[in-house]
Amino acid sequence: MSIWEYANPKKFMQTSGLVLPWVAGLSALCIVAGLVWGFFLTPDDYRQGSTVKIIYLHVPSAMMAINAWGMMLVTSLIWLVRRHHVSALAAKAAAPVGLTFTVIALVTGAFWGQPMWGTWWAWDPRLTSFLILTLFYLGYIALWQAVEDPDTAADLTAVLCLVGSVFALLSRYAVLFWNQGLHQGASLSLDKKENVADVFWVPLVVCIAGFVLLFLTLVLVRTRTEIRARRLSALLARERMA
Amino acid sequence: MMPDLGKYAFAVLASYGVSVLLVLGIVVLSVWQGARVRRALAEVEARQGKTDG
Amino acid sequence: MFRLLTRDLRLAVRAGGGFGLGLAFFLLVAVLVPLGVGPEGAVLARIAPGILWVGALLACLLSLDRIFALDFEDGSLDLLATSPMPLEGVVAVKSLAHWLVTGVPLVLVSPVLGVLLNLPVQGYGWLVLSLALGTPALSVIGAFGAALTVGVKRGGLLLSLLVLPLYVPTLIFGAEVVKRGAAGLTVGTPVLLLAGITLGAAALLPFASAAALRVNLR
Repeated sequence: MSIWEYANPKKFMQTSGLVLPWVAGLSALCIVAGLVWGFFLTPDDYRQGSTVKIIYLHVPSAMMAINAWGMMLVTSLIWLVRRHHVSALAAKAAAPVGLTFTVIALVTGAFWGQPMWGTWWAWDPRLTSFLILTLFYLGYIALWQAVEDPDTAADLTAVLCLVGSVFALLSRYAVLFWNQGLHQGASLSLDKKENVADVFWVPLVVCIAGFVLLFLTLVLVRTRTEIRARRLSALLARERMA
Repeated sequence: MMPDLGKYAFAVLASYGVSVLLVLGIVVLSVWQGARVRRALAEVEARQGKTDG
Repeated sequence: MFRLLTRDLRLAVRAGGGFGLGLAFFLLVAVLVPLGVGPEGAVLARIAPGILWVGALLACLLSLDRIFALDFEDGSLDLLATSPMPLEGVVAVKSLAHWLVTGVPLVLVSPVLGVLLNLPVQGYGWLVLSLALGTPALSVIGAFGAALTVGVKRGGLLLSLLVLPLYVPTLIFGAEVVKRGAAGLTVGTPVLLLAGITLGAAALLPFASAAALRVNLR
């Protein structure tokens, strides 16, 4: 039993079909529970007032926006090294989801920043890095759509993902160098003292779990779609040949 | 049992609203695309008399 | 290798358009910005470093799609790929040719445009230095984008979308050098970082570009 068994599209379709309803249900449960808990049952922060409730959307989506790119990097590497089609398709499937999370993080951040910092947008390192991340996602998706041959597109986007990752990191540090931040430090860390208070922490973790599962659900659904689409075009091509 | 959001009601509600819309958007889009491709595939498979996969 | 360089240079000069266009664009940016912002010297002096760097970057972008597209269309890229020279070398030489016909002229005219934008006196040296250090990175990164999009019809817009985010670090450090230089601050750190990005990009990106070209020529 090895993980590479799932590189076989048929095996992947069987297993993911079984797992999918559970992951989807659990993700819906976690998100609804976390958001309801966060929205209705937590107190206001003494400095931020009720805007603290935005954290339950902002932090999980921002985390997943970065992790989605990381996942695309890993699957792109697997595709380049081992040539498993499922891997390339999973990277393709993840990009729009990652882009959505990035936009959520930016929008909720803007809504929070407006009353708190007095501005919708500031050229703060974290905000700027996220804007640049959005551009990387857009470029990646555009390249997938522009190249017609699927294997060529998979190869080119995988190379772009690798190079893009390096430059995204470079940009992150360049931006830090360029301007000092307005954004607060990490909301979650292993160092307890740095953390947000417990009342906010528990529903936040539930929300994060929900967003992780949501990402997983969407990637599974979209990868299954991509595999079916690939099979469809193969069958159609065979039909034309006959 | 709506909590009192005070003067920040707009910011909080707008954040939740936009986020829910975006999440629903990507979910509906993914499911819709999935259903469409599945239908097309089923049709072609039925036509070709093959049902594996 | 040297032959390829001279061939590319000769083609670029004979075909015209390409590099003159970049220069004209750079000049236009430097003329249009004061018209849009207003003629106050202090304001212009403040934004001059950024405008000059953004202008150079966009001027560089204009001619990127010509790096591989023409050779791809007439098939000479296939010949180059099957020649004994490694494709990585071809990419490096072609980036160098692109830099010589677009980057170097930009560097040379930048002081003149600095005058138009009222750049403080102590900034000129740093402007030329930073562009000289940074534009090779723009060419090498651009060659990577051109290699990715060479098979795409009407890839120009896609090319910009792919390449511009990759230009961010170069732009930040390059403009920072001029900004600090013009304000009379120390510039050691950004100069070194800019040089580092250029050298790193020139050393590593040709491999990625060659990989992308091989995929496109398959």
